[in-house]
Amino acid sequence: MTTAVEELEQTPVRHGLLRYAATKAGGALLSIAMVIVATFFLFRLLPGDPVRALAQGRNMTPEQLDLERARLGLDKSIPEQFLHFVGQTLRFDLGVSYEYKRPVLDLIGERIGSTLLLTGTALVVAVSLGLWQGARAGWKPGSKFDKVSTAISLVLWSVPTFWLGLLLLMVFAAGIGPIPGIFPTRGSSSVDKPDGFAGVLDVAQHMVLPCLTLVAVVYAQYLLVMRSSVIDEVGQDYITTARAKGLRDDDIRRKHAVPNALLPTVTLVFMRIGFVVGGAVTVEAIFSWPGLGQLFYEAIRVPDFTLMQGTFLLITVSVILMNTLADVVYHLLDPRVRSA
Amino acid sequence: MSNVTWVRRRRAIGRFWADFRTHRAGVAGLVILAVAVVLALLAPLFIDSSVTNVVSGTGAKMAPPSLDDPLGTDESGRSVLLMIWWGSRTSLLIGFLAALLSMVIGTVLGIAAGHFRGWIGAVILRVTDWFLVLPSLVTALVLAAILGGSTATIIVAIGVTSWPSTARLIRAQTLAVEARPYIERSLALGAGHWHITTRHVLPNVAPLLLASTTLEVASAIVTESTLAFLGVSANKTSWGTMLRGSYDWGAATAGAWWYILVPGLCIVTVVMAFTLCGRALETVLNPRLRTRAHA
Repeated sequence: MTTAVEELEQTPVRHGLLRYAATKAGGALLSIAMVIVATFFLFRLLPGDPVRALAQGRNMTPEQLDLERARLGLDKSIPEQFLHFVGQTLRFDLGVSYEYKRPVLDLIGERIGSTLLLTGTALVVAVSLGLWQGARAGWKPGSKFDKVSTAISLVLWSVPTFWLGLLLLMVFAAGIGPIPGIFPTRGSSSVDKPDGFAGVLDVAQHMVLPCLTLVAVVYAQYLLVMRSSVIDEVGQDYITTARAKGLRDDDIRRKHAVPNALLPTVTLVFMRIGFVVGGAVTVEAIFSWPGLGQLFYEAIRVPDFTLMQGTFLLITVSVILMNTLADVVYHLLDPRVRSA
Repeated sequence: MSNVTWVRRRRAIGRFWADFRTHRAGVAGLVILAVAVVLALLAPLFIDSSVTNVVSGTGAKMAPPSLDDPLGTDESGRSVLLMIWWGSRTSLLIGFLAALLSMVIGTVLGIAAGHFRGWIGAVILRVTDWFLVLPSLVTALVLAAILGGSTATIIVAIGVTSWPSTARLIRAQTLAVEARPYIERSLALGAGHWHITTRHVLPNVAPLLLASTTLEVASAIVTESTLAFLGVSANKTSWGTMLRGSYDWGAATAGAWWYILVPGLCIVTVVMAFTLCGRALETVLNPRLRTRAHA
């Protein structure tokens, strides 16, 4: 009997979730298609001839320029070029970098691990710290803890990521006054990287400053979002009920308020993943962290348009996928949305 | 416009100012901003762009603060103080204009998305959401790199990547305004799209727009300095390009703290001032936040 009831209750939910996921996936595909189209026109139709840019500082005859154009398929008509580009992109062929003379996909493959290590670590630290501090601050708005937390996040919010990185570099890597430089200034490992556990420590030591910079910048946002969603919960009836039952204040916060406030916050964390990506590019550039962000930064500086285009495509598509995933997971977790 | 309207508006502004004055942080922000803007506007009366000229540096190279150069010198012996002063013009100009551009795009598309139901609204909303998801700094970098660095390009790159949140805000507000009975009355009297959007919706969203523009200038200044630091800039001295210079010349490892600290502190101070101002405006102008603040 109970199983029949459960089935009755669950079947429409499952269908709803599937349909919801399918709609979201469709939306994501459309967004990705828009990214591919926009990228094509951005890199083809805007002023600035890629061949001319490539020839910068090199002696090239007009014939050589034409040859180069033909090699890149730039002598064909725009629709032809477009179809070619779409076909290549769908086959994950991102072209060959001008600068490195190697396939962009290979370059990305080499760098992506470092980026995942750095941003992953930073995200875990920032999310746990931001949510914990935000929950405590929002629980008693106006308290000393709340005021200090809000002030810290307001300052960090106003500090440009790269400047914070420069300051840390100056104080902890170069050393200033009595403080010796204790952390390396660049890279993800020493030239003579030892094996085994010592090697792990070496990478960890290189990661401290970039990670700290990234955490400081992202965590302020999480703190503020968590704080305001806990404040929203504090006035709710179920909190009053919990108090009336005589539960301890800490228990009400941890077991009642925080789980409810967590859902909207975690979604926002994923929704703003684009901001984290921007921070990662800056941090990797400052600390010469050999990741995707630094690859993108080098492409901008050269400028190496194929590399720029490839990394841009990869970054935007991953951000879109993360957002879609967050949407679906939120739907799965939140009973209020699910039943609606 | 009738006399009654003016009296009412003046009273509303008076009330607004009285409310704003109670926010001490907001007033402090406003004062800092006023000082910064006046200094930037007055700069041409005392100095000109020659202070940023590489060959005209008079001091020693990378010299610490002294009586001659109160904030030290950079790698070419130029005074950091004078460069900060001159550079504030570029930083503030780009900040203001980029925020303005972003606001104009956001307002027009936001009102259109809220006003025109049906497929036009749906398409605009879809495009807005798409832009909202794109990592804005990365997109701005690509735009600026392709368009080539000039003041106008940087403004466009920042403006084009930062409007979606404004559009969402304005759209929500437009929907709320258009649900009110006086819009129905207006429609019954034969008002068209133009009349409704410019005479009824726009004045109602204007206060919110003011608050969000103020916050937008803050983030535009940060973005400008980040773009300049990452190497796509207008080749004009701004606080961001100075920090780029300090990085290129190894000021961090050379212990030239003044070269790093001073431009950065300028950015933080101005950005904080805009943020404090914007938050105070938001609290004063947004009735929902106001009731919560008093509760």
